[in-house]
Amino acid sequence: MSTQASVLFDAPGPKAEARHRLYSVLVLVGLAGLLAFMLWRLWAENQFTEAKWEPLVTPRYVEALLLDGLLTTLQMAALSVLFAVVFGLVFGIGKLSDHGVVRWPCWAVVEFFRAVPVLLLMILIFFSYGIDRGASGAYWSVVFALTLYNGSVLAEVFRAGIQAVPRGQSEAAYAIGMRKSQVMMQILLPQAVKIMLPAIISQMVVALKDTSLGFAVAAPGLTQVGEAIYLQFGNQIPTVMVVAAFYIGANLVLTALATWVQKRFVGEKEPLAVSGVGNMAGGASA
Amino acid sequence: MSVVLDNLDLVLWAFAHTVALFLISGVLSLLLGTFLVALRVGPIPILRRAVSVYVTLIRNTPLLIIFIFFRFAGPKIGINFNFVDIVWGDLRMNNFFAAAIAALTIYTSTFVSEAIRSGINAVPLGQAEAARAVGLSFGGVMQQVVLPQAFRASVPPLASVQIALLKNTTVAGVFGVAEALFRVRGFTNNFPGERVGIFITFALFFVVLVEIVSFVANRFERRWGVAR
Repeated sequence: MSTQASVLFDAPGPKAEARHRLYSVLVLVGLAGLLAFMLWRLWAENQFTEAKWEPLVTPRYVEALLLDGLLTTLQMAALSVLFAVVFGLVFGIGKLSDHGVVRWPCWAVVEFFRAVPVLLLMILIFFSYGIDRGASGAYWSVVFALTLYNGSVLAEVFRAGIQAVPRGQSEAAYAIGMRKSQVMMQILLPQAVKIMLPAIISQMVVALKDTSLGFAVAAPGLTQVGEAIYLQFGNQIPTVMVVAAFYIGANLVLTALATWVQKRFVGEKEPLAVSGVGNMAGGASA
Repeated sequence: MSVVLDNLDLVLWAFAHTVALFLISGVLSLLLGTFLVALRVGPIPILRRAVSVYVTLIRNTPLLIIFIFFRFAGPKIGINFNFVDIVWGDLRMNNFFAAAIAALTIYTSTFVSEAIRSGINAVPLGQAEAARAVGLSFGGVMQQVVLPQAFRASVPPLASVQIALLKNTTVAGVFGVAEALFRVRGFTNNFPGERVGIFITFALFFVVLVEIVSFVANRFERRWGVAR
């Protein structure tokens, strides 16, 4: 075991190595004990009976989980991020406008939708638009709410990304006689997109997790399928485990994609961080 | 608007629940998150690995699923909070409330641990080397050089995490805690004609709360920030 240099402690010497081995064994025993205890609790409460797990391996329910659940969830997340990119592009560039008439409204819209809980937004959209439209009403309520929230976060990402392009680039573009819109479209945006790509993919993790909030408006997706299954079979624990595993799996794939894009297209620089109003991206951070 | 004004006491109690959820789970998540990060940067590799797996799993699970666990799944295996029942005025801290605190704390603490870890990573290696070179012990290096800088560097990301927590308290409304979102649903059911007014009022309440949190965070950052 080679410990890499850390700000917290020196690379251990032989004595410390031995001590760490002892600790490792103790921790391993402790963790194994904890795991065994949890499994025993689950077993003691009859969570491993066939009746509880059987629905989750029955083809009809697996199909419902995968198609009506995972696929719908992914669709909602993908659609809302797609719309959010457009929303973010418009308002992010709007925030950089030289004209106060454009800049201030854009700023207000972005700040408002970033500060308002997405669930509150979802409820409003659902009650004013979706409630008479059945499942598709709930579906689009989720998509629109996530679009507004993620769009305003992405607006900040776009603004930061455009400002991260070295100033000399736009100066040079102006010097060869380009107009303001040309500088934006041909010089700044193409370079900024590269910097922003990982942040956009990470935002998909947020959107994917937030689609589960559709539970509040009975929107289709993984949570609804999960709910239907556990209400029918009373197998809350196994269903929650499986549904959580679906989300975690999808998010890990997205995170890996973002990391790959970061390495491949952006280089080893830190991913673009957007400060301010809380945005807890998921995933294992680099 | 009149719905909100006529029922101002309900609105205020709703926000009392929201603020109580935020403050209690905010403090608990800071404590649990600090504990997690201590294990995570410590010298025992296997513990580091285990905590990092745990943090990754929780971070990638939607908060709603964690809520479902504590409300519907947990009670099946004896995880319940029926022993909690504190009533103060119209503020009811019952088992629903406690389950919400547990879910919010467990979810948020993983983000807290990431925020503090990024703060520790931001301390330049040379700082610790210099501290060792002038003869400080491990405890001295930590107390006098590394941790003060790490916590200061963590203020902005921690503020983001706490603001997200504030907004996430609304999920508790779906699971029976009478906080802001719960009240919005009640009002919009009873007074469908006024839903935009109701929404704007509650939304502005949240904007104000978020501004308060970021104002406090800015003051801390200005006082404690490390110039580099």
